[in-house]
Amino acid sequence: MSADPAAPPGNALTRSAPWRGTVRVFGWLGISGRTLVIAIPMLWLLVFFLVPFFVLGRISLAEAIIARPPYTPLWERDADGTLQIIATLENYRWLVQDRLYANAYLSSIRIAVVSTIFALLIGYPMAYFIARSPEPRRSILLLLVILPFWTSFLLRVYAWMGFLRREGVINNFLIWAGVIDSPLTMLQTDFAVYIGIVYTYLPFMILPLYANLTKLDDAHLEAAADLGASPMVTFFTVTLPLSLPGIVAGSMLVFIPAIGEYVIPALLGGPDTLMIGRVLWDEFFQARDWPVASAVAIVMLVLVVAPIMWLQSVQNRRELK
Amino acid sequence: MPDSQIAADTRPWRDPAARPFIQIRNITKRFDDFTAVNDVSLGIHRGELFCLLGGSGCGKSTLLRMLAGFETPTEGAILIDGQDMARVPPDRRPTNMMFQSYALFPHMTVERNVAYGLLREGKPKREAYARVAEMLKLVKLEPFARRKPHQLSGGQRQRVALARALIKQPKVLLLDEPLGALDKKLREETQFELIRIQETLGVTFIVVTHDQDEAMTLATRIGVMRDGVIEQVGEPRDIYEHPKSRFVADFIGSVNLFEATVEAAAPDMMRLTCPDVGGAVLVPPQEGLTRGQTVWGALRPERITLSRERPESARNAVQGTVEDVGYVGHMSTFRVVLDTGRMVRVTEPNNLREGKPISWDERVWASFRPEAFRVLTE
Repeated sequence: MSADPAAPPGNALTRSAPWRGTVRVFGWLGISGRTLVIAIPMLWLLVFFLVPFFVLGRISLAEAIIARPPYTPLWERDADGTLQIIATLENYRWLVQDRLYANAYLSSIRIAVVSTIFALLIGYPMAYFIARSPEPRRSILLLLVILPFWTSFLLRVYAWMGFLRREGVINNFLIWAGVIDSPLTMLQTDFAVYIGIVYTYLPFMILPLYANLTKLDDAHLEAAADLGASPMVTFFTVTLPLSLPGIVAGSMLVFIPAIGEYVIPALLGGPDTLMIGRVLWDEFFQARDWPVASAVAIVMLVLVVAPIMWLQSVQNRRELK
Repeated sequence: MPDSQIAADTRPWRDPAARPFIQIRNITKRFDDFTAVNDVSLGIHRGELFCLLGGSGCGKSTLLRMLAGFETPTEGAILIDGQDMARVPPDRRPTNMMFQSYALFPHMTVERNVAYGLLREGKPKREAYARVAEMLKLVKLEPFARRKPHQLSGGQRQRVALARALIKQPKVLLLDEPLGALDKKLREETQFELIRIQETLGVTFIVVTHDQDEAMTLATRIGVMRDGVIEQVGEPRDIYEHPKSRFVADFIGSVNLFEATVEAAAPDMMRLTCPDVGGAVLVPPQEGLTRGQTVWGALRPERITLSRERPESARNAVQGTVEDVGYVGHMSTFRVVLDTGRMVRVTEPNNLREGKPISWDERVWASFRPEAFRVLTE
């Protein structure tokens, strides 16, 4: 408590002179502190998401030309001075017509879904084990999960190349152990892509699951056992449904980056590993067809965002009920 | 559902030959170097509503959890209906538990919570839900069958937890602080509700509580626990009127404790010297006391009578000054400082309307009957 009876209520920060000054200045402009706090993330989203999105959307409606920048402007003045807007849906038509794009989207979704399922199957038991460990060990295990982030993602993917090569660690070991006679082809296959994606994004699955499972009340498990449920039945009727929010969050965090993944399929995948990230790269840098590349990006965004929005609305509705 | 066997004898524990339904034999539970329960032996009979009473950390919950199978005893054995429970996991035990936090499954409706136990037994769904409806009727929750736990009040959740624990008709129902989370008024109503349900179903209840009023109201018998040991087992009246130790006397209700020395054992009355009272106290003779032995006297506040004149018939009476009066409606509590300087608590019912009530700073006589002064050796 302040000894000065004239001091306005509030904590030390809000009483300090510079803060009061700032608040007053913004007050003249009609901006309250609350608006200011909300404005910062809003501004961030505007500058780094919404503006680029509209730029992409605008390019996707243009035509490719050999110029700099390599697409037609949005409007032009005719010879008689009337303003003409040049926009075309040709690029989107092209995406539908050429089977390559549909195949690439489908293949990306397939790879992302399969990777997410495997990340879940591997990540769930790990998260469960960590969440159920006693305190000092739990922190160490959690640290081990996060530890790989301390080295570059690219380096770790390169390391996998060393493991998966024909004369790599795994093949050498299997031949030495007498399991196989000739080396297996693992690099440059879809298998290697799955390994890369699951390995890279596993922590994103484990962390939200862990956060959810540590909140799991022992009393719920005991209650289930008390009512005659075996440990297995308890898991499927109590633990799993209660951890659903963690499963959804973890799956989203794996699925979304996996669907647009470029580096992993480029390094570990083979020539027939078709993923939309690579198609996008090729359109931009090989074909230099920015409008088509933009259309590819926009469609991908819709493909990813639509299911998330649907999921969120379902969840909101369930919570309201 | 009612069990005809309870009617046979409502107080089987009074018969030394009766075999208890639940036998706890020399149970000890150690966590690392902490002994939570220390060599406890206890017999609980069929149809009893037994209360384990004690402060926090006394081992009452650990004992309950060992009965449910969540903790394994370090030593000793638990027998329920003659069957050793040592190798029986919680999901195979004939016990069900009502958790302190209720532990209702938040993702299931009331109906599905209650049905959970029956469905695990492999009961057909239709049959199970018919039983659920019956049970919800018993606990007066029918209109809430389709709600989720978070949409219920504390009292309603408590009843869902009770219904869920009772639906399998367990041989023993274990209740961990069943009324702890309810407010005072609801708690009092629910106490009688619990007794009603227990009597309807005839299930053996074991209740863990720290609330002595709750234990006194609910229990057929009470086991008072302290530091992992059962200090005394008895009917509520027994425990209140004849506490075996200073701890029990102090824990159950309020009490004035005095240190005293045995002076002379007369044939009809025994004399104690009690410096705090300021002289001799006459008590009924008691076996096993020797002259010069130091004992403790427990005197309940309601057993002391205050008066302005010394009552002629009183065998024990001391003078003092009223320091404080508290009016609680149906009774008043007094703090009287005896002439020895010792403060005693006295309560008197406010049913006597004659004369001017005793007030602050008055000189009074505090008198009590010889039987009121309970002599304790522990």
